[in-house]
Amino acid sequence: MGIIVGSIIALGAMGLTLIFGVLGIGDFAHGDKMGWGMFLAFFVVSSEGANLGFAGGRFGSLSFGWGLVVGLLVAMVGVAALSVIMERLVYRRLRAAGGGFFIFAIASLGMSIMLRAAIQLIWGPSNFRYTPGIHPAVEILGGIRVKPDQFFIVGVTVLAAILLYWLLYRTRFGKAMRATSDNPALAEASGIDTDRIRTGTWIVGGILAALAGVMLGLQAEVRFDAGFRLLLPLFAAMILGGIGNPWGALIGGLTVGIAQEVSTQWISTGLKPGIPFVIVIAVLLLRPRGMFGQSR
Amino acid sequence: MEELIVTLVTFDGAVNWTVGFLTTVSIFAILALALNVQWSVGILNFGVAAFFMVGAYVSAVLTLPAPEGLESYVAGWGLPIPVGWLFAAIAGAVLAILLGIPTLRLRDDFLAIATIGVAAILRSIANSVEGLVNRSRGLNGIDGLLEDQVQGGGYRWVELVIALVALAAVYWLVSRASASPWGRTLRAIRDNEDTAKASGKNTVRFRMGAFMLGAMLMGLAGAIYAHRSGTISPLTFSDLLGTFFVWTMLIVGGSGNHRGAVLGAVVVGFFWFGTPLIQESLPDWLGSRVFQVRQLLIGLLIVIFLLWRPQGLLAERDRVSRFVTSGPGGELPEGWLDKGLRRLRAARSR
Repeated sequence: MGIIVGSIIALGAMGLTLIFGVLGIGDFAHGDKMGWGMFLAFFVVSSEGANLGFAGGRFGSLSFGWGLVVGLLVAMVGVAALSVIMERLVYRRLRAAGGGFFIFAIASLGMSIMLRAAIQLIWGPSNFRYTPGIHPAVEILGGIRVKPDQFFIVGVTVLAAILLYWLLYRTRFGKAMRATSDNPALAEASGIDTDRIRTGTWIVGGILAALAGVMLGLQAEVRFDAGFRLLLPLFAAMILGGIGNPWGALIGGLTVGIAQEVSTQWISTGLKPGIPFVIVIAVLLLRPRGMFGQSR
Repeated sequence: MEELIVTLVTFDGAVNWTVGFLTTVSIFAILALALNVQWSVGILNFGVAAFFMVGAYVSAVLTLPAPEGLESYVAGWGLPIPVGWLFAAIAGAVLAILLGIPTLRLRDDFLAIATIGVAAILRSIANSVEGLVNRSRGLNGIDGLLEDQVQGGGYRWVELVIALVALAAVYWLVSRASASPWGRTLRAIRDNEDTAKASGKNTVRFRMGAFMLGAMLMGLAGAIYAHRSGTISPLTFSDLLGTFFVWTMLIVGGSGNHRGAVLGAVVVGFFWFGTPLIQESLPDWLGSRVFQVRQLLIGLLIVIFLLWRPQGLLAERDRVSRFVTSGPGGELPEGWLDKGLRRLRAARSR
């Protein structure tokens, strides 16, 4: 259970930490971008989507078919486009005018409110599911019961992490991204088109947010504020892994997810949301640069 | 806080609406002033609702009588309401200390992250711990200040006077604080933390002080709110109204200026609480969605003001004292915000 939730948090946190590292923006709208990914995919699989001829069919014992695959693609393109639009319309202007972290943070908060309100405006405040009905869990080793969908979620996370590794460490673009993250001025002076890098980072971050959102919708309910509620766990995972470090965020996400689920052994389920907060405070007190951070 | 809106719609007559509106806005103006105290030194508090909530609950449980029947909450000592207010402010400060210790000595951005989920956590604690604050049933029958002294239906006016007096007192306090040597040191820290340190100022302690002062005022606002509305529950303290709404007020009004914070509260408050009034006369497709549209616009206002009028409706005055005869030679007013926003303003004026 913890691994599933942790995978979703990790997907979101990898995008968040990338944006923070490369762009210097604490994106408080990231959770609501997940929400948008979740609802864009829902649009495709729901009846509106069925009219377009997408829905229907299932893959083996998974609860979904081609509809959700198309939905996932639509969500990724949609959220990436949304992120780029925000960069062009808002962040670029604020940056050109010399805005700092605080201004970006407040702007992202404003956009977070808008994104969430827009979801409610379009889809209303109700909860939805991608596919109705009960999806039975199957038993694996040691009597642990797992739903086939949950294997899919973990698989998507692993795949996304591998692709991200390839992008960052095996392509020129990734190298340029890492250079911009380390020192934007130097990167620019070395002939890197930092504007293109920023746009690229928003696209990668948006795709990861959309993936996380759809996986969250698959695991739990499709709800307008589901992404926003995950914001603190995302930040906790990011801080735990060290800001700007996607691998740290991956491990951090899994740690936060597992800690949340394991905690219910000792504390009431209602208090579970407090765990990421405790983790943030503990990391800040003990190792402010995260688990793998070195002091500079 | 939704019930607040309902109350406003059902009030008959413009006078009654105005009285209710001004009372509510005064409470929000206190929140905006409190947030301004923190923001003005570069403390990014995204958890206003948490401080508001703590103040409301602390004052409520201290002044309520002992729980009966199905009720179960701590304290219930029936203390006088002013004592409740006092402890509400103290509770806000305690929460500030708890959050400030791990974050304020680190990077500026960590406090924002640490505060983003605090209100949600407090709501879940209030909802899930039995015997603490009545869980989701909420606390009911909280007495209003001087309510027993007033006969008939005039109590609304008393509430308004209480809120206005509290707002005036808070305004006076924060204005004095900003003009004092302490406030000027905070300004110096904001404008250049390194020179302030070099001048021997313990910047962490000063920032903690500002964080605590703001938090106390937020706690106080919570107490005033609780005794005014008479009933509170975890749902009352949503992030939208408790935190984001207050941020919009501050950004719209002008975040360098205490008058701006109050003006922002009135303007944004009028927009927010006024929209239900025109709901009936709107076309159907819009009228049915007015609440969501309103929320969308709250976010949009933040972004628009940051882009086109970062100084807000009222800009900061750069004279720290009336004894200073001239501002810094022909330059723009130094911003309340971080260095980035100052440059932003400079760029705008070119």
